[in-house]
Amino acid sequence: MDWEIVIGLETHAQLSTASKIFSGASTAFGAAPNTQACAVDIALPGVLPVLNRGAVERAIRFGLAVGATIAPRSVFARKNYFYPDLPKGYQISQYELPIVSGGTLAIVVDGEEKRVRLTRAHLEEDAGKSLHEDFHGMSGIDLNRAGTPLLEIVSEPDMRSAREAVAYAKALHSLVRWIGICDGNMQEGSFRCDANVSVRPKGSEKLGTRCEIKNLNSFRFLEKAIEFEARRQMHLIEDGGTVRQETRLWDPQKGETRSMRSKEDAQDYRYFPDPDLLPVEIAPSWIVAVRESLPELPSAMRERFVGDYGLAPVDATTLTASKSLATYFEEVVKAAGGEPKACANWVLGELSALLNRLEVEADSSPVRPASLAGLVKRVLDGTVTGKAAKEVFEAIAAGEGEADAIIEKRGLRQISDSGAIEALVDQVLAANPKLVDDYRAGKEKAFNALVGQVMKASQGKANPAQANAILKGKLG
Amino acid sequence: MFDHTIPELSALLRDRKVSSEELSRLYLARIARLDGALNAFITVDAEKAIAQARAADARIARGEAGPLTGIPIAHKDLFCAKGWKTTCGSRMLADWVAPYDAHVVEQLDRAGAVLLGKTNMDEFAMGSSNENSHFGPVKNPWDPARVPGGSSGGSAAAVAARLVPAATGTDTGGSIRQPASLTGTCGIRPTYGAVSRYGMVAFASSLDQGGAFGKSAEDLALMMNAMAGFDGRDSTSVERQKEDYARDLGKPLSGLRVGLPKEYFTADLAPDVASCVTAAIDELRRLGAATVEVSLPNQALAVPVYYVIAPAEASSNLSRFDGVRYGHRAASYTDLADMYRKSRAEGFGAEVQRRILVGTYVLSHGYYDAYYLQAQKVRRLIARDFAEAFRSCDVIAGPVCPSVAFPIGEKASDPVQMYLEDLYTIPVNLAGLPGLSVPCGLGAHGLPVGLQVIGNYFDEARMLQVAHQYQLATDWHRKAPPGYGA
Repeated sequence: MDWEIVIGLETHAQLSTASKIFSGASTAFGAAPNTQACAVDIALPGVLPVLNRGAVERAIRFGLAVGATIAPRSVFARKNYFYPDLPKGYQISQYELPIVSGGTLAIVVDGEEKRVRLTRAHLEEDAGKSLHEDFHGMSGIDLNRAGTPLLEIVSEPDMRSAREAVAYAKALHSLVRWIGICDGNMQEGSFRCDANVSVRPKGSEKLGTRCEIKNLNSFRFLEKAIEFEARRQMHLIEDGGTVRQETRLWDPQKGETRSMRSKEDAQDYRYFPDPDLLPVEIAPSWIVAVRESLPELPSAMRERFVGDYGLAPVDATTLTASKSLATYFEEVVKAAGGEPKACANWVLGELSALLNRLEVEADSSPVRPASLAGLVKRVLDGTVTGKAAKEVFEAIAAGEGEADAIIEKRGLRQISDSGAIEALVDQVLAANPKLVDDYRAGKEKAFNALVGQVMKASQGKANPAQANAILKGKLG
Repeated sequence: MFDHTIPELSALLRDRKVSSEELSRLYLARIARLDGALNAFITVDAEKAIAQARAADARIARGEAGPLTGIPIAHKDLFCAKGWKTTCGSRMLADWVAPYDAHVVEQLDRAGAVLLGKTNMDEFAMGSSNENSHFGPVKNPWDPARVPGGSSGGSAAAVAARLVPAATGTDTGGSIRQPASLTGTCGIRPTYGAVSRYGMVAFASSLDQGGAFGKSAEDLALMMNAMAGFDGRDSTSVERQKEDYARDLGKPLSGLRVGLPKEYFTADLAPDVASCVTAAIDELRRLGAATVEVSLPNQALAVPVYYVIAPAEASSNLSRFDGVRYGHRAASYTDLADMYRKSRAEGFGAEVQRRILVGTYVLSHGYYDAYYLQAQKVRRLIARDFAEAFRSCDVIAGPVCPSVAFPIGEKASDPVQMYLEDLYTIPVNLAGLPGLSVPCGLGAHGLPVGLQVIGNYFDEARMLQVAHQYQLATDWHRKAPPGYGA
């Protein structure tokens, strides 16, 4: 049977406020256990929460960046459950009236652009941490993280492959850093994803039973876990079984998901509006002020790249997938004095491949924007052929210097002297009578082979257009 | 001396007729002598009190005294006071020492009041008789076989027995006004948001409000002047100008419109209480006030609505008492769930457990809409009834309790009978309004009866004016329980 995978993601982005969402304690990572937990965080009797406006402001930034609706009035609710690292016995979250509703995020997979719809984003506090080692049969509780502000971003089940889910997660990861609301540090847990995965026969409208996978703290785990889980569900159904709605945990050691709790054991969280907090009222003037403080957003930048630079929409989306890549691209265009299309081709082609290989962001690229611009100019003015340019690029990446110096040192300057090219053409024609006969017999392919031979004889330096013209003339 | 009101004591202190240290020692000695029979205090700390009294004396000597400087007070044991045990009347917190001051404690400290001790109460403020305390019931000074009311029964009994001139309390459903009424003291519950709840251990957050007990309306005004005011640590604290609650005390009542809810004067009201309250209203008329009949048509729904909302909030508020970080933890347990179960079963008394169960039930999936949501809707109707009533009157007057103080044990086994004790006080909490109780006569068995004055939002000054003018014309507030006058 042909299957379709349906994926929705729930992402927790830790907001980059200096203090916690309902207390004045610091949110800095890595302090000694329980040194950043104040009376409010440890839920002493009598303490009360006071909302950090910085967290609200960041939620507004996010809402504006994804084109969502910012609720003029949203409500904090208590999610009640007992756990040792949840000091109050409830988590303050938002339930019925979240601060952000709707919005979309653009992703590109295999050159196809897609918009993933967002359901909502709401503010909540993080819990503390339980430490199960080193305490001789007991558990230790560290409440430093308790009360850290989170924005939980929930997508619609719009993704159809693990790769799409990863593209979405990466786009979101990039966006929250772009607008400065989250440091995106996945090792420290600042950006965490849970995936809801289900499968259905291709063409079916009805959603299958979903499983939620937790503990996905890297893009690689996200992709592997979804792939594993989708396969597990398909095999289960194909073997006559049914998928049980449950929460599953990704085990990175074993490379599999395993059951954590079923829907039947799901707790009744007894949500109700928190009477200690007033509804969050957001005046239109606040939204305007936040909008004015935002940097140019990826969506606006994308429009500008298409409108002003004439880039293909899909290329514009890819270039604006991360702030560092977009900034890099803009710097190349500036240094090259225009020619955005050629610059985009290089940034999306050679440069992106290099960055992927090195697993670094554009802002730590070994090829600086000005260096790439120098090379692009030499390609455009015909100094080097495209083929030679790739060699120059690798040399720049290897730290051999700037394009001009490398071209000279390696003798990669393009041959545009028609006499020299003519001599090469004559050599090639004499050495390949069969190809000449084939061409004359009407085989167009033979011509390309001859051009290839001329380029090869020139060590890739012959101007391809000239070589073409001269060859054509000689073959009559 | 012990019959003096705060302004009278304050004058003695200012005129150096007595020092705060002497005054505090007198009261501490009186507590030591009499509280064994009453059980009004959970903690008394003479050492801390005397240190504070000496500081107050120094301040008086410097001429920097305010009206409360050097005045001994007590806090209901629900208010966190740094370095003091803050038990909430519960085994759960029997040994818990608060590491910080509640806003109210801080404010009264700043005013120079001298904290003698922390008063007994129904566990976590849940009760109307003070029988629900882990530290034993409080006795009514008017008759030790009877309850003083609750939940602030310790504060009420302490003020009634002249063990302290004034005390704080909290009022979630009547927990200040009802014990004030049953002990012949004055008690005020301010508008929700007037007094910060920071450091006041939560029972039902949307209903809880700190207030005070004293021997006169003027005492209450002075306590309010210190306690009320905006506090950024409580999101429900209302940001408004500081006001002088005593500013209108001297104004006559001519032209005042007093609303009498017809639903408050029915067969539910004991005849002895009814005749005291009616006489008090007649007195208000003599003082120039006009009375108008008003209606609170949803009054009958207040008690059931309250017993959905308050337990719902309590069930969540009390979740933090899990034995993990502080408070009672069972001595032995097999696993985490067992630790929770045992610690909470041992730490909480029967009434608290009952309300946690009720609250958990009404918030549960499938019941939420029918109970909690519905109760919130009715709550809005009750608030609207008051808004409608206040269109034709300035204050509302009526009874505080349906009857005088009842014998200890009489209602302990019948929670619904106990809950109905708060029939006339609960609607005020649901609407978030201010209310006070002042003594207005002696009913059956010579026991005190209170008159309730309900004001519009932040209209405490007018309520206090009504009470003060009434007290200028009458002396019910001057009556001490037999054997306790001095």
